[in-house]
Amino acid sequence: MQQLEALIREAREQAPGGYSVIPILSVNETEVGRQMKICNSCRYCEGFCAVFPAMTRRLEFGKADINYLANLCHNCGACLHACQYAPPHEFAVNVPQAMAKVRVETYADYAWPVALGALYKRNGLFLALALVAGLTLFLMLAAGLQGPLFQAPAGGNFYSIFPHNLMVGLFAPIFLFALLSLSLGVRRFWKDVSPGTATADAVGDAADKVLRLKFLDGGHGEGCNNANDSFTLTRRRYHHFTFYGFMLCFAATSVATLYHYLFGWEAPYGFTSLPKLLGIAGGVSLLIGTTGLFALNLRRHPLQGDAAQKPMDRGFIVLLFVTAASGLMLMLSRGTPVLRLTLCVHLGAVMALFATLPYGKFAHGIFRSAALLKWAIEKRQPNSLQLSDD
Amino acid sequence: MVDVMVIGGGNAALCAALMAREAGASVLLLEASPREWRGGNSQHTRNLRCMHDAPQDVLIDAYPEEEYWQDLLKVTGGITDEKLARLAILASSTCRDWMRRHGVHFQPPLSGALHVARTNAFFMGGGKALVNAYFRSAEKLGVQIRYDTPVVSVELDGDRFVAVRTAKDERITAKSCVLAAGGFESNREWLREAWGQNARGEWPSDNFLIRGTRFNEGVLLKYMINAGADSIGDPTQAHMVAIDARAPLYDGGICTRIDCVSLGVVVNREGERFYDEGEDFWPKRYAIWGRLVAQQPGQISYSIIDQTAIGRFMPPVFSGTTANTLLELAQKLGLPEQAFIKTVDDYNAACRPGNFDHTVLDDCRTEGLIPAKTHWARPISTAPFYGYALKPGVTFTYLGLKVNEHAAVHFGGRPSPNLFVAGEMMAGNVLGKGYTAGVGMAIGTAFGRIAGTQAAAAAKKVEHATA
Repeated sequence: MQQLEALIREAREQAPGGYSVIPILSVNETEVGRQMKICNSCRYCEGFCAVFPAMTRRLEFGKADINYLANLCHNCGACLHACQYAPPHEFAVNVPQAMAKVRVETYADYAWPVALGALYKRNGLFLALALVAGLTLFLMLAAGLQGPLFQAPAGGNFYSIFPHNLMVGLFAPIFLFALLSLSLGVRRFWKDVSPGTATADAVGDAADKVLRLKFLDGGHGEGCNNANDSFTLTRRRYHHFTFYGFMLCFAATSVATLYHYLFGWEAPYGFTSLPKLLGIAGGVSLLIGTTGLFALNLRRHPLQGDAAQKPMDRGFIVLLFVTAASGLMLMLSRGTPVLRLTLCVHLGAVMALFATLPYGKFAHGIFRSAALLKWAIEKRQPNSLQLSDD
Repeated sequence: MVDVMVIGGGNAALCAALMAREAGASVLLLEASPREWRGGNSQHTRNLRCMHDAPQDVLIDAYPEEEYWQDLLKVTGGITDEKLARLAILASSTCRDWMRRHGVHFQPPLSGALHVARTNAFFMGGGKALVNAYFRSAEKLGVQIRYDTPVVSVELDGDRFVAVRTAKDERITAKSCVLAAGGFESNREWLREAWGQNARGEWPSDNFLIRGTRFNEGVLLKYMINAGADSIGDPTQAHMVAIDARAPLYDGGICTRIDCVSLGVVVNREGERFYDEGEDFWPKRYAIWGRLVAQQPGQISYSIIDQTAIGRFMPPVFSGTTANTLLELAQKLGLPEQAFIKTVDDYNAACRPGNFDHTVLDDCRTEGLIPAKTHWARPISTAPFYGYALKPGVTFTYLGLKVNEHAAVHFGGRPSPNLFVAGEMMAGNVLGKGYTAGVGMAIGTAFGRIAGTQAAAAAKKVEHATA
């Protein structure tokens, strides 16, 4: 079966537009289809999240429906612990796990260019290699451009280590490529799920669900499951620390870019400057968030989610942590002999992060947001089914 | 020695354990199943029928005491105990805040279940989520819980509880005890004994599927009846539904139901109809079809619909048998071809034109057909055709121990001072026959809580007596 799947995948990759005419379900998609049929005749979990209300609008589960539902699922675990058909029941329903397995397939299938989707296969290794490559690049550059590694550069200014234009020249193409790749991928996903028109109302609703991580609240506000059947808000909160930390760091860089090009104010900036304040807040928030998420990931219930994806999940968490930690270190090591080394580590980590954005866990945020927007649109449309047990 | 022992791990047992613990008693709960199967039939439940005089969170409008009582009177055909029934009804109006304090969440009525939006409060995630919440709360409050501990006998001193003996021959004493170990629906032998052999020489119960837990063997029920406890109810009375014949032998739960009966016809193994499929709304009739099918040869029947019914009923868990002609369908289902086609042809010819509307008791009915189909009768003529084989599915049995308003077990009409019973083991006091959605959980919650409170009080009395 695995071989057949590989053949199908290969055929699909070779077909024009990367798709065969009749979408054939993968083994994992077939499993989601099987489970959805059981869930659709039970429906006890409707209040937990958007997956089940979206499911009840369907009687058949095609490839596009399954990919959509898989990305709508937040792996909160509530439906697993509540399920009367969960293992050891012979129906062996485990929605979070089945959805997770399909989810990573969708990231790979919709990756652009398609061939790079293969990077999801051994994602932990890929992330590690990317990090090593990033570090090597900057260490070699540092050695080539300037004197010894452990020497305080004149004026404590890291532009004296790596000139500004060199950094822009290295990072801008990688970052823009990541943006392009993610946009093209999610665009194809969007087209396949045939969503309808997004009204301002629907966009606002989806943004609200994304920014509040509504579906990690368990539907009742007490949170999702992690180690067992009890609810916890920690996963949602650490996720918020991570997400908003990332966004603050991004804002810090954006403001600094504006300062540089618009006003000609060059880094380094003072501790009370806007880029610094945003960067410190973001870095600290990322450290808290990633540490928490990592600890929760270690304690996750073994049935909840796909164990094969732990290297991808943990690799991404670690990469974010290293990026944040080295960024904060960089600030503290200004004017000291370790500045040059810290800078190499930070730039290497950021480079690895950027390069792996479209081929790693980061994609989950993009695809899930798209699925949430699709749900916001769909639920505003009349339901075509007149089901009832009347 | 603990104050209160609770035998069972479902809703009623947990309600009793929590109430006893809240009253200050030390509590030991013995669950027969391993942890992953805990909760008995409660893991398959979905809602609680609640009395309310005004809209309340997930409940709309009002469902006053009198209406609730009249509904119960109707479904049981009067085989009920008004005092105990009204006790459960009143308790259902106030218990939900207590349930929420122990971690139970409610959700709006499920899609496809809007007909009970007024009367029933749905558990978010269903009964297993409720069971999980109660176990978590019990653990937090210090209730001792032992899984894999079936109890095989009860040691009595006259009408007083002394101790239990487990399957591993361990004797455990307590000052008082609550029995909440379920009915006997998963005891094949006992079902056989109760249902007997029919005129065709069949043992009907051999073809019954059990919708819930495999752990409800009725061991304690039988032990108590043999020990002289007063019983109530008929052993053949049970909540019994016609479910998909391919359902697992145990724990098929809700998803094996077939909800298209009223949209087509139902024939038996001989290809003949035997009951009015459109007598009333399906939620008011589904619980009689288990018995109807049990009376048919081979305890099997077939729900037949055509393409026009698709998308009008809750999707069944297994796909139906599909065919492009009635002949092909008869062949695939193994039905006598001529007889089946004649049944459908006769039915089709008897359908009078009307305005089909499956949300009301419409005027689409048959004329001159026996048995008649009185609503939603439309010719079965649009291919493809679908067939679903049906078997009787037992949810729970009604034979139980007789109780008073304190949930006390009775011996020769006298209440035991320290032995109480709750849940399926006594639901027959209120439900002599018939059923209405969510009433099992209402009885289990009300009498579980009463039994827990009474058991804690009885344990205190023992303390004073021995002090």
